[in-house]
Amino acid sequence: MKEMLHGSKAVAKAVKLCDVDVVAAYPITPQTPIVEYIAQMVADGELGAEYIMVESEHSAMSACIGASATGARTFTATSSQGLAYMHEVLWIASGMRLPIVMVNANRALSAPINIWNDQSDSISERDSGWVQIYVETNQEALDSVIQAYRIAEDKEVLLPVMVCMDGFVLTHTMEPVDVPSQEKVNEFLPPFEPEVKLDPEQPMTMGALGEPQWYMEFRKQQDEAMGRALSRVKDVDEEFGRIFGRSYGVLEEYNTANAEVVLLTIGSLAGTIKDVVDSYEDVGLVRLRLFRPLPEEDIAKALEGASVVGVLEKDIALGLREGALCTEVKKVCYDHGLSTKVLSFVCGLGGRDVRMEDVEKAIEVCRRAAKGEKVSRTTWLGLREAVL
Amino acid sequence: MKVVADIPSYVKCRHTCEASLSASRCFKFRQLLKEVSEEELFASGHRACSGCACALAIRLALKAAGKNVIVTQPTGCMEVVSSPYPETAWRVPWIHVAFENSAAVASGVEAALKALGKKDRVKVLAFGGDGGTVDIGFQALSGALERGHDFVYICYDNEAYMNTGIQRSGSTPYGAATTTSPPGKESFGNRTFKKDMPRIAAAHGIPYVATASVAFPLDYMEKVKKALSIEGPAYIHVHASCTPGWGIREEKSIEVLRLAVDSGMWILYEIEHGKTRVTYKPAVKRPVEEYLRLQKRFKHLTEEHIAVLQRYVDERWKEVFSEE
Repeated sequence: MKEMLHGSKAVAKAVKLCDVDVVAAYPITPQTPIVEYIAQMVADGELGAEYIMVESEHSAMSACIGASATGARTFTATSSQGLAYMHEVLWIASGMRLPIVMVNANRALSAPINIWNDQSDSISERDSGWVQIYVETNQEALDSVIQAYRIAEDKEVLLPVMVCMDGFVLTHTMEPVDVPSQEKVNEFLPPFEPEVKLDPEQPMTMGALGEPQWYMEFRKQQDEAMGRALSRVKDVDEEFGRIFGRSYGVLEEYNTANAEVVLLTIGSLAGTIKDVVDSYEDVGLVRLRLFRPLPEEDIAKALEGASVVGVLEKDIALGLREGALCTEVKKVCYDHGLSTKVLSFVCGLGGRDVRMEDVEKAIEVCRRAAKGEKVSRTTWLGLREAVL
Repeated sequence: MKVVADIPSYVKCRHTCEASLSASRCFKFRQLLKEVSEEELFASGHRACSGCACALAIRLALKAAGKNVIVTQPTGCMEVVSSPYPETAWRVPWIHVAFENSAAVASGVEAALKALGKKDRVKVLAFGGDGGTVDIGFQALSGALERGHDFVYICYDNEAYMNTGIQRSGSTPYGAATTTSPPGKESFGNRTFKKDMPRIAAAHGIPYVATASVAFPLDYMEKVKKALSIEGPAYIHVHASCTPGWGIREEKSIEVLRLAVDSGMWILYEIEHGKTRVTYKPAVKRPVEEYLRLQKRFKHLTEEHIAVLQRYVDERWKEVFSEE
């Protein structure tokens, strides 16, 4: 049965359905409703988890590492400055191969301080060894948290997973969400039984010193696990589809079949873009759902028919003078011998609305490029030129 | 007796007999000695310097704690010397995550044990050096103490960042030379006094706080046992020398640590449910200068600085004893 749910509540319900053992979290806008809902569930006895109200995000992730290493299914959620504060420990969670699941409510990074949505926070953590899934809807947020535990805890993967959802746009917005039954989730997600854990019955040393003769091999194993994660994300999503009747793939293609221009984006912006491209015959959309590991083959396949790709993203890779995702799409095209022109559209930073007109403008620039006109490689959409 | 043979014969009893009596004549001392576990849970062969009192602090704590414990450890000497992959000195489950978060990791371990229904069987012991405790790990520790996790935190205090080559920390004593508080034309060494971490821990209202010294192993181990037996957070601050950091010969570690206590530079006490008790009272209080003169880190100090330290020690002494 469908319920009207805020994205935050959808996430909290997923956490409950996954029977999480330990939650350690620190409040930060716009993640706060997630941890509030979870706290209420624990207070009401609906969720039998230990909830640690830590004094910082750094400690939130550190406590998650300790709990996960002890064999508990572990959850946290954060946003923006909180994620940045966790940066150090994100690498340790992945390096120690701990299947922690975290929801990041995407929000701009300071300075200037800004609580509104963009994706600079999680994009900045792209090399930290976490699987990253970006969702478009509240339904997908709920489903992705459930899938995330299957992916993370898979013996072939054992990597932490970050589910990224746009702050406010999803976290504070109601949508109809189908909340699956506990029985079905139990069928999909077995209990967490790690082979390696902190246990006096079988003492293990975790977090050892890796000297130069060992360090590279640890990193290589992590890189290989990322490679395996790609196929496991697909398998898990397919199995999810069989049980729940919904699946998402690693990316979604929308009207790409005859598209000369393809727009590519991540997150909830896809909703606006879909509305816009509906009015065009030759413009399609690729919504990338899995950002880490980057599904390169799938991206190349989705883009091969297009002559121009416009990457609309809510981040700016300072120093590259384009969005970070754009650079990655260029890499995919280069590696796959595609001569597709890739253009960057930086938009929606710090909560700036991305309007349909902005998307239309991006399409217009892409179309001019498709005709062979020289266009700027990066366009800032919705920028108030007048105040610069 | 073999196992504890390294406890020096001049370690004196703090129970019924006077401090000047020799240990072997004390019944209580012998009895406590007999109770010390022969099992080595911190294995030999680790890479600590000889004479390292921090390694002893860990070894003795594990003897008191026994096998059913999970240990968390921050980055630092004791992590580096004990866990170079694929070797380990730890015969108990052990986790190192980062420098500033031993207490936060311990919170997670404790919560997991609760959630998994194993808390009654397994204790949680967090270690930290002085830098990882009083400086960079201060926030995580304060949070964990305030939240009331059932765990014991042991700070082994060698009074500077020794792992990175002897830089000053918030726990470095007044006047000490370190590589970042060197004496020079404009400097007499470290300008500040030691941060009073045990009493800051006590200010959290936790049930048990104690200071200890590696030179008083039975007193220390008893405190560890007591801390583990008490429900809720407990904090133990154990004074532990670093031979290169303090500029002492390896066989002098225990002697120097003992003089720290006998001079009042380090006072052994416990605060149980807010009540302070001094657990060892030197029969004769030695001048601070005797303690300082044994260590290179203080060798540059003038009479004037020594007098400042002596006054500081005398005031601290009065303060702690008046709380008893």
